[in-house]
Amino acid sequence: MKFSLVIYAAPYSTESASSALRFAKSVLEQGHELYRVFFFGDGVHNASRLAIVAQDELNLQRQWDELIVDHAIDSVVCVSSALRRGILDQAEADRHDLGQASAYESSEVAGLGQLIDAAIHSDRVINFG
Amino acid sequence: MTANTRSKSPPRSSLTFVSRSAPYGRNRANLCLDMALAAAVFEQDVSYVFMGDGVYQLLKGQEGSAIGSKTLGNALETLSLYGIENVYADQQALQERGLKKSDLLSGLQTIDNDAIAKLIDSSDTVFNL
Repeated sequence: MKFSLVIYAAPYSTESASSALRFAKSVLEQGHELYRVFFFGDGVHNASRLAIVAQDELNLQRQWDELIVDHAIDSVVCVSSALRRGILDQAEADRHDLGQASAYESSEVAGLGQLIDAAIHSDRVINFG
Repeated sequence: MTANTRSKSPPRSSLTFVSRSAPYGRNRANLCLDMALAAAVFEQDVSYVFMGDGVYQLLKGQEGSAIGSKTLGNALETLSLYGIENVYADQQALQERGLKKSDLLSGLQTIDNDAIAKLIDSSDTVFNL
């Protein structure tokens, strides 16, 4: 089955982002397809590459990045949510003269059209947060 | 929202957005609106249902500027311009909150629980925020 996930939740504030990560892993472990992961609203913070997390705690942002890279997952960060929260890819950082990117390269910064496309092409869309 | 990913007409899918949050305390109502508008721009069959505290989004006479916000009600009044005609307020939620149809913006219908269940059942994808 083809799944897409929409994550509205910021990391750490609630369990939702962590649940989404574990759900994504389960989807793949059970042989299903992840069509797209879409980070929306506060969920865009999951794509931040600037987080520093205590050694004995789970670094959710890094875990997302590793999962996305390892499985070549199509991951999208909503552009309008991301820019106002300081989650920038290198193109946006350059455009606004803000130095380095704050988003992991593994996620694409793009529009809500990618979410609607995911809804059309997935068997299930699961919302977290 | 970017429309430039649309190279040809996407397949049509029925998307239902269930908005359950009051308009200003959190951003969930705005996120739901953004998704519904994106779906309409991408020419999907959109239904928009306001349930629970979400019905407060539909009140007439909102003035968001008093708290430095955009007025959500103004945006909701433009739904039909985007081709979103199926806009519903949950009858039971209105009753529980002492609201009458005359308190609400124009252009919407009330809907009972059975009809909501049928609508959700007949939708390809439901977003619930």
